[in-house]
Amino acid sequence: MSILQVSNVTKSYGKHSILSDVEFSAEEGQIVGLIGPSGSGKTTLIKLIVGMDVPTTGSVDMLGERVPNLGLLKKIGYMAQSDSLYHDLTGYENLTFFASMFLMSKREVKERIAYVTQLVQLESALKKRVSTYSGGMKRRLSLAIALIQNPQILILDEPTVGIDPELRKSIWTELVRLKVEEQKTILVTTHVMDEAEKCDVLTMIREGRVITTGSPQELKAIYDVTNLEDVFLKAGGEAHARHSSL
Amino acid sequence: MRVTALFKRIVLQLVRDKRTLALLFLAPLLILTLMHLLFTSNEVPSSIGVIGGSFEIVERLEDQDFEVTVIEETTTLKKLVEEQDLDGILKIDGEKLQLTLENTDPSQTKMLQAKLQQVLSLTQDRTSIEMAYVYGNENTSFFDVLSPILVGFFVFFFVFLISGIGLLRERMTGTLERLLSTPIKRWEIVMGYLLGYGLFAVIQTIIVVLYAINVLDMVLKGSMWHVLLINLLIALVALSLGILLSSFATSEFQMIQFIPLVIIPQVFFTGIIPISGMPEWLQMFSNVMPISYGANALKSVMYKGQGLGDVQFDILALMGFAVVFIVLNIVALKKHRKI
Repeated sequence: MSILQVSNVTKSYGKHSILSDVEFSAEEGQIVGLIGPSGSGKTTLIKLIVGMDVPTTGSVDMLGERVPNLGLLKKIGYMAQSDSLYHDLTGYENLTFFASMFLMSKREVKERIAYVTQLVQLESALKKRVSTYSGGMKRRLSLAIALIQNPQILILDEPTVGIDPELRKSIWTELVRLKVEEQKTILVTTHVMDEAEKCDVLTMIREGRVITTGSPQELKAIYDVTNLEDVFLKAGGEAHARHSSL
Repeated sequence: MRVTALFKRIVLQLVRDKRTLALLFLAPLLILTLMHLLFTSNEVPSSIGVIGGSFEIVERLEDQDFEVTVIEETTTLKKLVEEQDLDGILKIDGEKLQLTLENTDPSQTKMLQAKLQQVLSLTQDRTSIEMAYVYGNENTSFFDVLSPILVGFFVFFFVFLISGIGLLRERMTGTLERLLSTPIKRWEIVMGYLLGYGLFAVIQTIIVVLYAINVLDMVLKGSMWHVLLINLLIALVALSLGILLSSFATSEFQMIQFIPLVIIPQVFFTGIIPISGMPEWLQMFSNVMPISYGANALKSVMYKGQGLGDVQFDILALMGFAVVFIVLNIVALKKHRKI
């Protein structure tokens, strides 16, 4: 059974349709990439998966339970697109605050903070206020917060946007390690194609519709191209033609 | 647990924001002091010249803080007032009294006139007139009547603004969304906010009330505890209304725009302008204005010296407003997370 199952999800605000008939799934220990240009509905989809919003039609199931579900939120580590941090608090205070939302014991909080900060290499900056952090440090702190309660599923909305290549590489190394060693399921949105290469499964979205799904190798083979960018363009073109002929 | 964490976080954030703290705690004191000075500086002009008065009358006048200049008879009294820089001249010729006043400020002249008449009636009848007042005393100034209203209003205004902007900022920076992606319940967020900002509202209320009573010498006939209690209820209403309205604002500027819509109209219904003189349909409005209940309760306790029993209706009304706003807040958060 899939860890995450998105079935026939449609979302519209009034007459304005954002997502139509989106379907995909994620298995344990997979990195699933949601690929699509900005404005394609990725962030809306992420919100439906986390349970911040409900689909107009269709359903989202996670770990065998129907989303939205407050209990499930403990098992999801969510990292939003913007750095949602308290700037007048220190890194440590931000971590403790979010940790206390999961009702962890004091010892547990300490252990997890030590672990996640070492993971994102923020130990030396923990006592400093977030307002003094660089863009990269803020992203790393956001990632650390997403990991604080040791969730089974990580949902990361553009985790590497606006950070330098070196840090991007280290974050991806970390994501792969979390997948391999801790069997975590990671759902990540991106529009950077070389990041897409590192995913196990890709779901490409355009204008609120899934245009194609498969592993990077499969997709390249199906569309007979050498890079994912071409897959996207080709699949997008076909889907567009198909959609407009309907 | 989550509520306490939220409470602690808000306290920590506010403590670090020194300027907002200063606004919350010092601005009300500054404005109160200013209004105190403005409304109590109605010193009666008191330098008068006396012509032909007995030693006794001069002494009596001096007792009443008049600055008396005894003047020999001259023909042009008007000229003399200007030359000697007097507020007026009292000419006593046997039973005939003649008062020449400078009269550059009619309202001040009236006060001088009234005071002089009071003094003279005392001397002439040789019997002291005992004055009786239902409320206040001979020192009552407009500020004394106004001050209970002001205390309540400032507590309302600053708590409203700061708590509203607090939640708004949380929404704008995305931390509210981040917070809602944890298993925190919506009521826990509202409670955390009420407690966090509530603590500062309590401190502010205590500072404002203590300052008004001890430093500005505001009239306090009733119990200080009752004043604090009423102000805390006002703060609670302001707090819950502030965070509720912040969900209808998309920027700090839009939050400020609520001031002319929500705050200013309430001022008119606090009793600064007599409500009973308004047309009936307009009076209905005062029923939906939280401050009007708060101001009424404060006026009753501080100025009239009544107890909580006398203002229980106002207190219940304030509690009602708070409960309604809190429930609406919990519902309004649904906009950001459906569960």
